[in-house]
Amino acid sequence: MNTSLLKKFAVATLLAGTFFTAQAALKVGDTLPDLASFKLVGKLPDSLKGKIVIVDFWASWCLPCAKSFPVLDELQKKYGDRVVVLAVNVDEKAANMDKFLAKHPVSLTVVRDAEQKLVAVAEPATMPTSFILDGEGKVRFLHNGFHGEDTRKEYITEIDSLLK
Amino acid sequence: MKHKAFLLLASALLISVTGCANVKPWQRETLADYTMRADRDPLGVAQAEHIWFSREEASGGRGVGGGGCGCN
Repeated sequence: MNTSLLKKFAVATLLAGTFFTAQAALKVGDTLPDLASFKLVGKLPDSLKGKIVIVDFWASWCLPCAKSFPVLDELQKKYGDRVVVLAVNVDEKAANMDKFLAKHPVSLTVVRDAEQKLVAVAEPATMPTSFILDGEGKVRFLHNGFHGEDTRKEYITEIDSLLK
Repeated sequence: MKHKAFLLLASALLISVTGCANVKPWQRETLADYTMRADRDPLGVAQAEHIWFSREEASGGRGVGGGGCGCN
C-alpha cells in the first residue's frame, strides 16, 4: 500500500467516524419538535402555546434530579398558569419512576419518554438537563445539571425575563 | 477502482469491529446503580486492600498506610 492510499484510508476512516459520532443536540434558538409525535406516556397539557415551558429531562437514578424537583415544584407553584414545568422521565422501567415520585411528590406535569425518542432528539448532555422555552416553543435557555441555589436563581431570572 | 473498494471495505470493517460504545447520559441507569459503586461495601474494600498489599508488598499504592508486612 503506498502513502497516498494510506492517506486516503485515514481520511475516509476519519470522515466515517465523524459521521457516526455526530450529535444533533437541541440548543438555544432551536424549536422543540411537536411533543405529541413522541408517544410520551402520561397526559401532556392541552396547549403549551403562549406559555413558558421548562422541559426537564430526569431519571430516578440521578441524584441531582431529586434535588432539582423541589425547586421545579416551587417554580410551578410560584408562576402558576404562566409556566408549565414538564418533567420528562427517561427511566427504562416505569416502576423506578413511580417509586421516585412516591418518594418525591410534586405537582409538576410528569410524562415518561418510555421509548427514549424525545431524549434522543434533545440529546441532553447531562442528567438532569432542562430547556426553557418561550411562548413560541423556542429554546431560550439551557441548564446542564442542577447546582442548587445558583440554578434556582437562574431559573427565576430567566423566567422573569421571558414574562416581561 | 480496486483501491476505492478496498478503502470502503476497510473503513466499514474498522467501524464495525470497534469495541467502543458511547453511553449517553440518559442511558446510565445501570452504571449509576448502587451495586456499581466501588465503595458500596467499606468492610469488603478494607479486606481486599489488606489482602492485596500483603500479597504485593505494595502498601500505600492506593492510599493505604503500612509497611506491606500484612500485620496492620
